Amino acid sequence: MRLDLIPRARRSPWFDALTPVLAFALAVMIGGIAVSALGVAPSDAFLTYFVAPLSEVWSIQEVALKAAPLALIATGLAFCYRAGLWNIGAEGQYVVGGLAGGIVAIAAHGMEGFTLWVLPAMLVAGTLAGLAYAMIPALLKVRLGVSEILTSLMLVYVAQLLLDYMVRGPLRDPKGYNFPQSVSFDPFARLPYLTEGESLHAGVLVAALALALAALVLARTLFGFEVRLVGTSPRAARFAGFSQSRLTLAVFAISGGAAGLAGILEVAGRIGQLQPEISPGYGFTAIIVAFLGRLSPPGILIAAFVIALTTIGGENAQIDLKLPLDLTRAFQGLLLGLVLGADVIARCHVRLVPGGKTALPEAR
Amino acid sequence: MTLDIVQMVLVTVLTAATPLILAGIGELVTERAGVLNLGVEGMMVLGAAAGFAVAMQTGSTGLGALGGAGAGVLLAALFGVLTVGLAANQVASGLALTILGLGLSGLVGASYVGLKREPAPHLSLPGLTDLPGIGRLFFGQDAFVYAALALVVGVWWFLGRTRAGLMLRAVGDDHTATHALGVKVRKVRFLAVLFGGACAGLAGAYLSLAYTPFWAPAMTAGRGWIALALVVFASWRPFRVAAGALLFGGATVLQLHAQAAGLGLPGQLLSAMPYLATILALVLLSLGRRRGGSPGPAALGQVFTPSR
Repeated sequence: MRLDLIPRARRSPWFDALTPVLAFALAVMIGGIAVSALGVAPSDAFLTYFVAPLSEVWSIQEVALKAAPLALIATGLAFCYRAGLWNIGAEGQYVVGGLAGGIVAIAAHGMEGFTLWVLPAMLVAGTLAGLAYAMIPALLKVRLGVSEILTSLMLVYVAQLLLDYMVRGPLRDPKGYNFPQSVSFDPFARLPYLTEGESLHAGVLVAALALALAALVLARTLFGFEVRLVGTSPRAARFAGFSQSRLTLAVFAISGGAAGLAGILEVAGRIGQLQPEISPGYGFTAIIVAFLGRLSPPGILIAAFVIALTTIGGENAQIDLKLPLDLTRAFQGLLLGLVLGADVIARCHVRLVPGGKTALPEAR
Repeated sequence: MTLDIVQMVLVTVLTAATPLILAGIGELVTERAGVLNLGVEGMMVLGAAAGFAVAMQTGSTGLGALGGAGAGVLLAALFGVLTVGLAANQVASGLALTILGLGLSGLVGASYVGLKREPAPHLSLPGLTDLPGIGRLFFGQDAFVYAALALVVGVWWFLGRTRAGLMLRAVGDDHTATHALGVKVRKVRFLAVLFGGACAGLAGAYLSLAYTPFWAPAMTAGRGWIALALVVFASWRPFRVAAGALLFGGATVLQLHAQAAGLGLPGQLLSAMPYLATILALVLLSLGRRRGGSPGPAALGQVFTPSR
C-alpha cells in the first residue's frame, strides 16, 4: 500500500477551518475510549469536561481567566511560528515577566499617597522583562546561529529556578513564617475585579486588547505582511529585501513581551503575590493553542477557550470522576498531533493506493 | 586508595552519562536521516514509566527494558506517521509528542508512584570485577551501560562502514536525489525514527530501572532535551555524542558534589548549571563552527513528499 500526497494548487478556507474541528472530534473519540478503559462512562466524562464548566457563571469566568493568558501567549507565538522561528520558551518568558512585575509591587509595598503608577509600572516591567528574556535566544540565533529551539527551552528551567531562588531568598515575606512566598500585594498593585464579588479581573480586558492589536498588526500592516511572507516564501522575502535578523528579533520581542505580560497579569490578578509556582504550564499549553488556532488570532481565541475548557473540565473530572489530571495533558498532546496530521487534508490531496509499490520517479 | 576514589567518581560520571548516550545516539540516527524529532523527552519519560510498570508486573528487569524501548517505539511510530507519512511540521509534532508522552507516562505510572525495585544487577566477574582501581569501572556495570557503549560503536560502524548507513545519510542530506536513485526515502526515515524512539525509551527505562530504581512523574527532568542539544554539540558524530555525554555526566556529578559540600552558592544556581552549560556548549560550538566545522544533515527538518 502506498500513500500519495499531491499538493493542492490553492488552499481552501473551508478545509482550513474544518480540519481542526475534525481533529478535535477524533481526539474526543479516542479520549472517550481511554476514559471507558479507566472505567468511566464516556458520556459522563464528556459532560464533565466540555459541558459542566459552561453551565454556571462562576465556572465560565474560570474558563475565561484561563483562556486569557493562553490566547495572549499563543498570539505572540503565532508571530514566531509564522516566520518559521521556534520560540518554545514562552513559559520562561512568562515566569520572568511575573517575577519582574512582582518585584515592582513588592518594592512599592506599604507605600502611601500617590500609588496610581504602580500597576501600570508592573505591567510595563513584566512585558519588558519577558521581551528581554526572549532576546537571549533571538540574539544567539541572529549573531551566532545557535538553534533557538534548544536555548529558549533551556532558559525555561533557568527562569523557574530563578523565581524559586528569589521567592525563597531575597523576596520572601519576612513575616511569612518562613513560607516560600512574598508579601501579599497591596490593593493598588492588584488588577481590579470587573464586577464586585466575582473572579473576573481587568487582566482579561488587557489580554483582549493586546489580542485585538496583534490581529490588526498581523493582518493590516507591512510588518505583518513581512512575517507572513517570510513564513510562506523565505526566498521571495529575501528578494523583497526583508532582513531576516531584524525580523527574528522583532517576532521574539513580540512573543516574549506577550508572555511576560501574561505572567504579570496572572500574578497581579489571580495570585496577588509571588510564589515558587506561578504557572500551570501556560507557556507550553499556549503552543498547542497556537497550532490549534492555525496561527491566526481569531482561531487562537477559539482554541484558547476550548483548551481552557478541557483544563477546567479536567480539574472537575479529577474531583468528580476520579480521572487523573494527566489524562487532560495526554488529550491535549494528542489533539495537537491530530491537528498537525489533519492539516495534510488542507494542504494536499491524500490518496491511498492499495497494493502499489513506491513509484519510481518518472523522467521529466 | 585514591585510585578507588577516582574510580568511584568515574563510575558515577558514567552512570549519569548513560541515559544521555542512549537517547542521544538514537536521536543522532533519526537526525542523520533528516528528521528532527523534538519528542525525545516524551518518549524517554514514557519509556521510564512503561519500563518500570512492565518490570513490576513481570519481575524482570530485562522485560522492563524491552517494555520501555517498546513504548518509545510506539510514540515514535505516531511521530513517524505524522511527519514522514503525512508531511506534518516536525518541530510542532515533536512538541506534541513531548506533551503526549508526559501525559501518558503519568497515566501509566500512576499506580506505581512510591514503589521501589532492586536496581538492575551489575556485572560481576570473579577476579576481574575486584581488580583494584579499574575493576568496577570496566567490569562492574549494569547491562544498560554496556548496551549504550555497544550502541555507540554499532551506530558508528553502521553509519560509516555499511551501505545501508550510507543510504541513510544520503537520505538525510538530499532526499530528492536519493529518491531519484530509487531509495525509499520515507521508509528509511520511518525506520530511523523508530530506532530513535527505541533508544529514547531504553534511556527512560534505564532511569527508572537502574539509575534511580523507582518511578516519579516527569523524572527525566529535561534529559531528553539535553540529549537533543548533545547531538548538535557532537556535530552528528557518534563518538562525540558519547564524549559529550560523559562531559555532561561529569558536570552533573560535580554539581551534586558542590551541592553536598555547601559552597555557599544557592542550590537553584547549581541546579540551573546543566541548562546553562548546554547553552554555553551550543554557543562555543557555533563559535567553533565559524572556523569551518561540519554542519548538520542538509535536509534536516525538511518534509519530503515524493513527486510522482
